Amino acid sequence: MLSLINIRVGFYLALRQLRRASLWTTGLIVFVMLLTFLNLVVVTGILVGLIDGINNSYRTQYTGDVILSALSTKEYIEDTPSIVAFLKTLPHVALLTERYQTGSTIEANYLTRTSETEKPNATSAQVIGIDPVAEDAFTGLSQHVIEGQYLAHGDYDQVLVGNYLLAQYAFGELPGLTPLKNVSPGTKVRLTINGATREVIVKGFVKTKIDALAMSIFMPASELRTIMGRSDQNVAQVAIRLTPGSDPVAFKNLLLASGIGEKAKVQTFEDSIPNGVADIKTTFAMLGNGFSSIGLVVAAITIFIVIFINAITRRKFIGILKGIGISGEAIEISYIFQSLFYAVIGSIIGLAVLYGLLVPGIAAHPIDFPFSDGILVAPIDGTLVRIALLVLTTVVAGYLPSRMIVRRNTLDSILGRN
Amino acid sequence: MIEVTNLVKSFKDGPVETRVLKGVDFAAKRGEFIAIRGRSGAGKSTLLYQMSLLDEPTSGEIRINGKETHAMSEREKMTFRLTKFGYVFQDYALLPELTALENVTLPLLMQGATRASAEAKASSALARVSLESRLHNLPSQLSGGEQQRVSVSRAIAHTPNILFADEPTANLDRESSSTVMAIFKELHKVGQTIIMVTHEDEYARITDRIVTLDDGKIISNERTSL
Repeated sequence: MLSLINIRVGFYLALRQLRRASLWTTGLIVFVMLLTFLNLVVVTGILVGLIDGINNSYRTQYTGDVILSALSTKEYIEDTPSIVAFLKTLPHVALLTERYQTGSTIEANYLTRTSETEKPNATSAQVIGIDPVAEDAFTGLSQHVIEGQYLAHGDYDQVLVGNYLLAQYAFGELPGLTPLKNVSPGTKVRLTINGATREVIVKGFVKTKIDALAMSIFMPASELRTIMGRSDQNVAQVAIRLTPGSDPVAFKNLLLASGIGEKAKVQTFEDSIPNGVADIKTTFAMLGNGFSSIGLVVAAITIFIVIFINAITRRKFIGILKGIGISGEAIEISYIFQSLFYAVIGSIIGLAVLYGLLVPGIAAHPIDFPFSDGILVAPIDGTLVRIALLVLTTVVAGYLPSRMIVRRNTLDSILGRN
Repeated sequence: MIEVTNLVKSFKDGPVETRVLKGVDFAAKRGEFIAIRGRSGAGKSTLLYQMSLLDEPTSGEIRINGKETHAMSEREKMTFRLTKFGYVFQDYALLPELTALENVTLPLLMQGATRASAEAKASSALARVSLESRLHNLPSQLSGGEQQRVSVSRAIAHTPNILFADEPTANLDRESSSTVMAIFKELHKVGQTIIMVTHEDEYARITDRIVTLDDGKIISNERTSL
């Protein structure tokens, strides 16, 4: 019976048992609880963070908060100059960058190839025409140049090549993508765009985990426009970064209300991420929860064993307690309090480690996964749910063995009879 | 105060049934100090366990203050043990992680006393056995005699109707044994009912009455000359 007296006596006993228990044993159990807590939160958090890392990279290196792109029926955004002029009048817009985009073929061994039958060292690639200064201010593209140099304002006949287009940085051959071999900064390559051919020099390599960029060639917008034979200022993309605190969805709706939707596809960064990425995130969250559940079961078994061994070795004393009139419920409650202590202390230390060390630490130094800069996603509400789950599991795991021992015959327990 | 009629206790070990008590009749009055004596295996402790409601007899009747105990639920028995009885075990039976004061305080808390009043009563009970300077020592920091005195304090702190003692001096040296028996004598003097199992004639003789058991039966029930 859960009476106040039972709770009081249970607490009295638990407190003294914990206070006078071996520090090593208590430390070890709390450590197991801490690891279980971290397993519960961190495994899922890393898996989800791996995808959020992609999303974040997408947002910072490519789309910004809102991106305008050409309608599916057009190759460019009509009337780009007036749209950009309008955007610049909006107080929410902090930065924007305009990009031209077109398909191309890039060939590296055209100077040394001796016969028509020799397989060309070539691949298809998207060419992105940028204003090097505006693009760098927006995406920090220059920081992703791993060899050679970033484009300068007046550069001509010079390009940056994405890492997936280079044999030394690519994962391997993909369907439709044969990475270029023997290319280094300074190498001359031949670029074919809409039938026009231009010999350009590779100025540097860009390494990024955003597929759309890693499989692209970057060149100054003015030059690309010339190669494409375009005299208008209509670009394929306008990426917009909003001022802090602005809501991308509200801004998107504002643009749609202003009629821009008739000339361009308006998307928030979340809209622009392929559906598959969200599915992978859900899948990873499920996987994480699965792994965490196993961790929870392991923690429950650990606590069960710890409490069972504790109770079985103290069986005589449990018998004495019952013999002198201490109720079985009070004894069980004392074990529940002890389990609760282990779970709560483990969780408190876990919270400190998580939010004091891991989350900020990994945010500052993301985990370098091959396709993402993984962060640790640990929303406080989800963490609290996991703590509740851990505490509940631990309490049940602590209660069951104590009940098993307490229910044994009092005199048998006192006399150590089986 | 306590009446035992035709008490039988058997233990089963597979098909083999061993009768330890074979129809015991016994009675103790309020304020009596009774020693139960007998050879090893005679059934002394078994009789004490049945009377003190720590065990369930196979058959027979136990009445305490006129109340038949057979029909009592486990909870009622627990309450009876908590409020009406006191126990002194051969091996002291103190909780190792509780200090002397805490060991004595615990049953008082279970009876619903506030912590302050429970500790005051416990301190006074420990003072009665001259342990006022050892209140905050753990059992491991006390000698055997001191531990047994703590055990006696725990048994008497709530002024029980009956104090049951199962060979309380068996693990003690002569000096400590004498101290414990002197405490029992003092308690008896102020009207405490005590039923004590012992195999030592010297201590049995200080009681009012010696009940001798042999092979599960009472073979003698004699008043002492004291």
